Amino acid sequence: MLNTFEKIPAHDPLANPEQRAMIDQILEENKSLVGATMVVLNELQEKIGFISPAMQAYVAEKLGEPISRIHGVVSFYSFFTTTPRGKHTIKFCVGTACYVSGINQIIDKAKQILGIEPGETTEDGLITLELCRCVGACSQAPVVVVDDNVHGRVQPNRFPRVIQDIIKNESE
Amino acid sequence: MAFYRSTVLVSVDPVCIEKGAYELIDSLQDELIKQGLIDEVQILETTRLGDPQVYGPDLTIYPEGTHYTNLTYYDIPRLVEEHFIKGRILKQYAAVMTDAIDEELTAPKTKEIRVVLQNIGEIDPRNIEDYFAFDGYMALGKVLTEMSPDDVIQEILDAKLRGRGGAGFPTGLKWRFAKQAEGDVKYIICNADEGDPGAFMNRRVLEGDPHSVIEGMIIAAYAVGSSQGYIYCRAEYPIAVSTLNLAIKQARSFGLLGKNILGTDFSFDLEVRVGAGAFVCGEETALLASIEGKRGEPRARPPFPAVKGLWGKPTNINNVETYANVPRIILKGAEWFSSMGTEKSKGTKTFALAGDVNNTGLIEVPFGIALREISYDVGGGIKGNKKFKAVQTGGPMGGCLPESYLDLPVDYETLGEAGSIMGSGGMIVMDEDTCMVDIARFFMEFTQDESCGKCVPCRVGTHRLLEILEGICDGHGTEEDLEELQELSDQIRKNSLCGLGQGAPNPVVSTLKHFMDEYKAHIYEKRCPAKVCRSLITFEILDGPCTGCTVCARNCPVNAISGERKETHVIDQDACIKCGICYQVCQFDAIQIT
Repeated sequence: MLNTFEKIPAHDPLANPEQRAMIDQILEENKSLVGATMVVLNELQEKIGFISPAMQAYVAEKLGEPISRIHGVVSFYSFFTTTPRGKHTIKFCVGTACYVSGINQIIDKAKQILGIEPGETTEDGLITLELCRCVGACSQAPVVVVDDNVHGRVQPNRFPRVIQDIIKNESE
Repeated sequence: MAFYRSTVLVSVDPVCIEKGAYELIDSLQDELIKQGLIDEVQILETTRLGDPQVYGPDLTIYPEGTHYTNLTYYDIPRLVEEHFIKGRILKQYAAVMTDAIDEELTAPKTKEIRVVLQNIGEIDPRNIEDYFAFDGYMALGKVLTEMSPDDVIQEILDAKLRGRGGAGFPTGLKWRFAKQAEGDVKYIICNADEGDPGAFMNRRVLEGDPHSVIEGMIIAAYAVGSSQGYIYCRAEYPIAVSTLNLAIKQARSFGLLGKNILGTDFSFDLEVRVGAGAFVCGEETALLASIEGKRGEPRARPPFPAVKGLWGKPTNINNVETYANVPRIILKGAEWFSSMGTEKSKGTKTFALAGDVNNTGLIEVPFGIALREISYDVGGGIKGNKKFKAVQTGGPMGGCLPESYLDLPVDYETLGEAGSIMGSGGMIVMDEDTCMVDIARFFMEFTQDESCGKCVPCRVGTHRLLEILEGICDGHGTEEDLEELQELSDQIRKNSLCGLGQGAPNPVVSTLKHFMDEYKAHIYEKRCPAKVCRSLITFEILDGPCTGCTVCARNCPVNAISGERKETHVIDQDACIKCGICYQVCQFDAIQIT
């Protein structure tokens, strides 16, 4: 962990004036809230896309908390990530209903097409694959969530279209 | 309030939004303005009207009740002209249905009673006035003007309402403890961290009728003497979070939240706090830690949250469904509520019915109904006329019950005695194609992943259980494994800190008890009777039925299938990962699993 944030890496969101302003704004708006840590981290994850080590140190300093505690919280919850995600995220629901309905076949298909494992991002930074716990759309199982859109009743032979659509929209 | 001759309900669930529901609304609004009808026709947003995959985006026009489906925004001018100006139904888009088909929530089946779900699909959750029209906040008015806090607690005690989060603790008693606890500041919390895979009852209540939960919380706050509340909602439910935030804002603007509610001395306000994807945060002490901004790790109880909860202050925590029951009990009375259910479990329970039944979705049934009635009468029986194998209740801390338990009446006690739990209400029916050892392995993978790691029995124990189960599924199981599973399960159950650890062995123990045959087949015969465990099966293409259509080869994710068009194909067994896609896509039953 970083002890100071003087050595902010060049590609860190804190080194980018626009993103830094956003981070400062999030901290300013929420720092007086009781139990601000989770609220701030949730906002950072949503707006910046990840919470880098330097950002964790920065949040700790601003909230008057030890870095260890902030890092402890970041590493505890699966929604917080410390590295940048791809531009689009495909989440595979591995809840019971989706598991029984064959989500593993869809995951196999995705691995074949993109050549990455769940948790990884494609080299071009376009797509990240993730596994997630039940999204609560069990009557639509098996479910794949692309960014914020829920795709239900996904069939292995139709799934490649989901990926093709992302790539197509991106190249347009 | 303005008077409209027509009301258009537009479905805005996630799938419909993706398919352009908001573009539809914008276009409808523009067209109504253009035609001068905007003062006559009201547009409301609602949750799902029909199956969005089939119908979306769709809308229903009242009072006629015409349901239009598969619309796009450029159909709107014609729809407005035909339906509203000429008064003709646009047949091309009108669905042939009298009742809109909601896949998650169909019209109540004969054995259902809707209490918690009564408003869902009937009202616009994003408009508080709709809730008012269905007696919304009447219970709060009654409580604040006619009842003392003790009266309220007594009413809930008389109704015998028990916690719907799973443990079934009497709600009135919980409130009384929190009221009696000493402290100047007290908190009311709603546990909306519905993390059980296979459960989505709370999501639908929050998305479809958020005010019923908020009203229940305000009543609880009055009874307990609290002025601040939190709703802790999981991050996987973004629509529920935004619906709740809007509902709170609207309630505030009507003086139902904030200072001096309804002109009385009573003040109470609410905030939504969002989780970040940790299952254990559904455990109440872990949930408190998470709101406080810490890692969501449970702590030992006592002291119970009613005495020492959020920031060390007395705190009352109930589940979404528990709060949603409260306004209805206050309005209709404890006697009405306790007339439903069994001796010890009163009222109704919502279940998310999923898995291999014909009618999956949300149901609400009185306690005491048999599992058979749920699976067959409400659930419509097993898909494809296959054989029933097991029903899994209570999520990952629950158990699997076999056919011989189907006549068991569902309540907190009987499920517990049978080796499962009520849990929050996930219910998954499994057919003969499900391998019970694999299911036990699946749940253990879940719990060992979600174990917070604070106490050893859970952290190490669940990991070891998983390793043994993986070994059995891979065909390396031994006789000693069975003993070790049982022994380890007992230890984890007795020594874990919180409910997650104590309940974690349930899927293993219940499958060992009811499906020992399958464990034995895996261990002694190296055979998976349900043909699920990948290491114990092989896929082959039969010479006769195969027509050489190439569908299997094109769909194989690892290119393990080869063969010329119109000739029998062959699976390369070394490359095959046994995913079963070929078996699914083959139209000629040419794939054999052995």
